[in-house]
Amino acid sequence: MAGKTLYDKLWDAHVVRQNEDGTCLVYIDRHLVHEVTSPQAFEGLKLAGRKPWRVAANLATADHNVPTTDRARGIADPVSRLQVETLDANCRDFGITEFDMADPRQGIVHVIGPEQGATLPGMTVVCGDSHTSTHGAFGALAFGIGTSEVEHALATQCLILKKSKNMRVRVDGAIPSGVTAKDIVLAIIGRIGTAGGTGYAIEFAGTAIEQLSVEGRMTVCNMAIEAGARAGMIAADDKTIEYFRGRPYAPKGELWERAAIAWRELKSDADAKFDKEFVLNAADIKPQVTWGTSPEMVVPVDGIVPDPEKETDTVKRGSQQQALKYMDLKPGTPIRDIALDKIFIGSCTNSRIEDLRAAAAVVKGKKVAGNIKLALVVPGSGLVKTQAEKEGLDKIFRDAGFEWREPGCSMCLAMNADRLSPGERCASTSNRNFEGRQGTGGRTHLVSPAMAAAAAIAGHFVDVRELR
Amino acid sequence: MQQFEKHTGLVVPLDRANVDTDAIIPKQYLKSIKRTGFGPNLFDDWRYLDPGEPGMNHSKRRINPEFVLNQPRYAGASILLARDNFGCGSSREHAPWALMDYGIRAVIAPSYADIFYNNSFKNGLLPIVLDRNAVDRLFKETAATPGYRLTVDLAAQSVTAPSGATFKFEIDAFRKHCLLNGLDDIGLTLQHVDEIRAYEARRRQEAPWLFT
Ligand code: SF4
Repeated sequence: MAGKTLYDKLWDAHVVRQNEDGTCLVYIDRHLVHEVTSPQAFEGLKLAGRKPWRVAANLATADHNVPTTDRARGIADPVSRLQVETLDANCRDFGITEFDMADPRQGIVHVIGPEQGATLPGMTVVCGDSHTSTHGAFGALAFGIGTSEVEHALATQCLILKKSKNMRVRVDGAIPSGVTAKDIVLAIIGRIGTAGGTGYAIEFAGTAIEQLSVEGRMTVCNMAIEAGARAGMIAADDKTIEYFRGRPYAPKGELWERAAIAWRELKSDADAKFDKEFVLNAADIKPQVTWGTSPEMVVPVDGIVPDPEKETDTVKRGSQQQALKYMDLKPGTPIRDIALDKIFIGSCTNSRIEDLRAAAAVVKGKKVAGNIKLALVVPGSGLVKTQAEKEGLDKIFRDAGFEWREPGCSMCLAMNADRLSPGERCASTSNRNFEGRQGTGGRTHLVSPAMAAAAAIAGHFVDVRELR
Repeated sequence: MQQFEKHTGLVVPLDRANVDTDAIIPKQYLKSIKRTGFGPNLFDDWRYLDPGEPGMNHSKRRINPEFVLNQPRYAGASILLARDNFGCGSSREHAPWALMDYGIRAVIAPSYADIFYNNSFKNGLLPIVLDRNAVDRLFKETAATPGYRLTVDLAAQSVTAPSGATFKFEIDAFRKHCLLNGLDDIGLTLQHVDEIRAYEARRRQEAPWLFT
């Protein structure tokens, strides 16, 4: 009999019962909650007179709507404010732990889960948010759910699911200097496409993935959803285990020792079979920049904006033409010649301490270019912010002309006041470059934190590898 | 989901055909973050003389005294009597939410729009189909009898009038089972409570750190 994949192991360990129709009742270890997708679910619970099945399995924070400036003045937009206040009230009513806007631990839900050790290896983790795939970086099964499933998870600690197929994406070899986890995952999406992972759970593996820090692995799994997969995951190893030592929700003492032994088993067996496999060579990967309105529209920084006329697939050609029009770009334009208006360093993809360090290293002692109207750094959590300030990173950014903000989703999706104006062009460390994502008419280029920082200094894209 | 077994309640007659979901709950109220609280805006355009917006104090608005729901004799009604094709229009679940939130537990009509009919079951609202003659008779009796109440018995699939006259109705067996037991997806999962508990007990032994 063939061995099991990591996904098989996680799945099997959480099946409560097999239903006759081929679905399974799957147990959920951790449920993360934020303000946007939870109100109707809580409402549903109240209407039915239900209580959360296991209150301690839930952890909540407000992130999408929160302002990144002057928190003391509260939220100006009444609709946003109501959503955040509703979360506060629901958490109070049901006894769910919430890191509210005033809490120093508040932040983007996918940053604070692991930071607190609330996400652990071997867990099933869900949240009403597609980027829940982030938590797969620790050998966990993590995926986003809709509002009715949020209610289902709250009420039953289970979900009714159908198992996905197994895919492995292997990235082998030494990672070239100047190339980051973000470039690796953008290169993967460029290769397999935004629908490449549809119907699969993706395991990222290979020696390059092993070299990545735990935070870098989170960046990779974060964007599994951009490759079409609901879940992305990476085997647990010593780095994973060390990451959780001493975190508030992590086991302590004898339990820690037991957990660490169990976590070492969180990997695919050598003879496991995958339904599909891709292999990339890390040496071939360069810093990446998206030029279009889908994450798969991506080229290396030394490349040019592609010519749709050369695309043989008519559907793809059409969407490329549309993207070029929206992005106001001409085929053949060198990526380096694209001038920018705004810079955004943040989001659940790239707002952790290592991301900020990487960006600060590029920025240090330099000034943001004159044509950049706004350069934002938005830490992923209050604790990331505090750590960065301890290291003096805030000063480096401020001295260079960046704004240093309070934690939240911010300009990743422009649900709060941070947004692009129509026609503005932004180098962003976030995960989606869809039309209007960062503000109506705004144009987004996805890059790594170091690339965003370099672009801020130059005023246009530059190859970070040439800065050293 | 709220279960439905037997319900006796005051009947309010809404004598119009093709009542659409926009009439049941106008679109400006869909911005709400809630599934409840739509009750004051049920049939908003008909109930009030002034235009309504979310966030208003609806008790301060100008009531339309002509509209049937505003007539004192129908205050506290929980069974809505309606005409053909009730609930046509959009797929919004806000329509059954609004009816439920107002206090309606069952609707009686000759026919329903398909989506509304399905949505009602998902939300614990019972849509009863009676033939046109029966519905006509109920309209007449309601108008003639102040305090007219009907008893709906889901298990027996019957509606009983004060006179003792009984009307039988049809309903899909699975839907009946779910509604009788108050089962939605969550309700169905909760039928396996013992298995979930057994799983948890085993996992607490194997991996206790998952439960702290
Ligand atoms: S940072 Fe962006 S992608 Fe991440 S949770 Fe917030 S809005 Fe979603």
